[in-house]
Amino acid sequence: MSDVAAQPAPNLLANGWIKAGLIVIGLIAAAIVGARLDPTGTIHAIFVDPFNQMAQAPDLLAQTIWEGLVSGVLYALIALGFVLIFKASGVFNFAQGIMVVFAALTLVGLYEKGVPAFLAVILTLGVMFALAVTIERVVLRPLVNQPDIILFMATFGITYFLIGFGESVFGGSPKQMITDQLYLPKGAIDLKILGGIVSLQKIDIAAAIIASLMIAVLALFFQYTRIGRALRAVADSHKAALSVGISLNQIWVIVWFTAGIVALITGIMWGARSDVSFALEIVALKALPVLILGGFTSIPGAIVGGLIIGIGEKLGEFYWGPLIGGGIESWLAYFIALGFLLFRPQGLFGDKIIERI
Amino acid sequence: MKKSSIIRSVALGALLAAGAIAAPANAQDTIYVANNAYRTGPFSGSGIPIGDGMRDYFTMLNERDGGIGGVRINFEECETGYDTKKSIECYEQAKAKNTVVYSPWSTGATLAAIPRAHIDKIPILSMAYGLSASADGSQFPWVFIPPLTYWDGASIMVRHMANELGGMDKLKGKKLGLIHLDAPFGKEPIPVLENLAKKYGFEVKLYPVAAADMQNQGSLWLSIRRDRPDFLYNQGWGAMNPTAVKEAIKNNFPIGKLVGVWWAGGDDDARAGGAEAKGYKSLNFNAAGTNFPVIQDIVKHVVEKGKSLAPKEKVGENLYNRGVYNSMLVAEAIRNAQKLTGKKVITGDDMRRGLETLNVTEARLKEIGMEGFAAPVKVSCADHSGHHKAYVAEWDGTKWTKGSDWMEPLKEEVRPLIEANAKDYVEKAGNWPKRTESCEKSS
Repeated sequence: MSDVAAQPAPNLLANGWIKAGLIVIGLIAAAIVGARLDPTGTIHAIFVDPFNQMAQAPDLLAQTIWEGLVSGVLYALIALGFVLIFKASGVFNFAQGIMVVFAALTLVGLYEKGVPAFLAVILTLGVMFALAVTIERVVLRPLVNQPDIILFMATFGITYFLIGFGESVFGGSPKQMITDQLYLPKGAIDLKILGGIVSLQKIDIAAAIIASLMIAVLALFFQYTRIGRALRAVADSHKAALSVGISLNQIWVIVWFTAGIVALITGIMWGARSDVSFALEIVALKALPVLILGGFTSIPGAIVGGLIIGIGEKLGEFYWGPLIGGGIESWLAYFIALGFLLFRPQGLFGDKIIERI
Repeated sequence: MKKSSIIRSVALGALLAAGAIAAPANAQDTIYVANNAYRTGPFSGSGIPIGDGMRDYFTMLNERDGGIGGVRINFEECETGYDTKKSIECYEQAKAKNTVVYSPWSTGATLAAIPRAHIDKIPILSMAYGLSASADGSQFPWVFIPPLTYWDGASIMVRHMANELGGMDKLKGKKLGLIHLDAPFGKEPIPVLENLAKKYGFEVKLYPVAAADMQNQGSLWLSIRRDRPDFLYNQGWGAMNPTAVKEAIKNNFPIGKLVGVWWAGGDDDARAGGAEAKGYKSLNFNAAGTNFPVIQDIVKHVVEKGKSLAPKEKVGENLYNRGVYNSMLVAEAIRNAQKLTGKKVITGDDMRRGLETLNVTEARLKEIGMEGFAAPVKVSCADHSGHHKAYVAEWDGTKWTKGSDWMEPLKEEVRPLIEANAKDYVEKAGNWPKRTESCEKSS
């Protein structure tokens, strides 16, 4: 067995952070000096003007942060699906995106066939469980102890299978998410604060609450139960876990099923914002910068990473986007993640792997 | 050689010969029409109804009339999934099968096909999408873009805005927001809008949407809330459109001031917004609904015989009818080419001549059961688009209705830009072949 030890993440205020803080302070100082010298130029537009805007319209700032918070929670939810499978199987699950589509389509498809909404949710969970068992039996079990890259390629296979299978069963036409039937709230709460209106969509509030609960339950489940401990053992080493009598097959089914549940909730929430179609698959890619930032193995990392990316990209797009024509959100997320990686290469909460030769 | 083996080889030879004779005889009975489709992938929501409409019109012509001029149409779809890479494979297949026309069905695919088609001499029909500059027939003899270009569409949007405000002079100081897919298709209207903004004194605000953020437009709509544009023009496609409609409602943007390009006019796009989407608008150049003889014939000869892929309630939806319109243009051009050449089975070059002299008059529209379905279309040797009229369609909560009169594009603004841009394209392309194809006398 290779001698690999995982250490808990060191104190956040370790060296890297002090360095980062000094750089940030330096930048701010330079910006202030620059802006003083040149009150209309680029430096002013980048370093001063956005903050003026924030101060002048605090309601819009609050709205932007709220939007970022909601997206952040939803990103965290998607990232969680990846983290669970990464912990258990050591692979990046390329199929997570299509699982979102598949779960949402199954739910809506069943409802269209006349199944009552909540029964449809239960049946969809059943389908996701069957999918988890099938993946374990057909894909993972024969590949046990193979190099990670082979498992990774297998998740590509699962993706293409699910795309083809989903399209032949449900067709490619977009469908409407059954938000009303699931008693998800509609409309908005308008708060008259900060000299303006901050409008909170009820569906966003519901999304934030449901996603937070989901994340909390999963975090507790994997922290304090027997299965959770078994999962962490499997994450460290398949062989060692097997040797102390942990059933790898059982863990895999549980983890893939959990990823399926996460996929269903993600599908409902994103489907409600748009429509339910194969385009939802790309939503899952929003989790990539979150994973880079939070680390592939950490549940708190997924949560904190999701929030940082969500709020960061919304603030960036809203206040700094217009400077270069807007539409910067999609790459800004990676940029933020990379900024953190400069100081913590293993991600915010990732395991620092020390390999002794 | 044994006697039996001689007999066998003779038989085999005869069989091969028969096959060789039979094959071209078979091909002579049909005209092959290649057509890209995307019934799968993230844009399938828009691709399916269009594909169904196109397919059903040709099936109807084959069933009802035995094809065009007595020749059956062999209409074949090639699945691209809206992926430009796959579209090139589809182009190569279409070329190998001697298609008379190639319909790329995405602006990216059109841009990829244009240089190839000029060498292979295959006419491209990019109906109201693709490269706006290709409307210049003197530089692009093989590309056709009727009935209007994205630039015409943008100018019609400006005209619509002026009509709503009460005159072109009222545009001064107003703000027009352009929500657009951050891709070649989405960026097409920008130069024309910026030109018109300078001329009429209004402001254009750009709101790009990356393909990965199609369903994630939160911050974009915050910016719209901050900038308070007077009108929004949505150059969107696929899942981006229903999301934009939903976000407009969520953000209390007056839905009647949100106008989509014709591709943002799907029934599913508007339906996503529920009852509050009533009043959502989209430019259009075909009518929605089944109340036309041509659609009735499709229902009778295709849908009711179980030969359509579309569910009956989707027949007559806006994008379905758009597909029917596209096939009508192809069919009329084939008919025209047959008339010009006197041949029954035409080639790609004949088809180019047919497209270049295409003239679907009001009377002709009535003959083919499309009275009131579309405006007349005329293409000429120099003008491969025609820059025809469009109208503003309005969603009434359940279906698309006619929300304005037909409006002419600001052709005098658009045409010089097109010619300048075409010249630019040709110069950048290097040794772009000079047009050698002669113009028909009638055009």
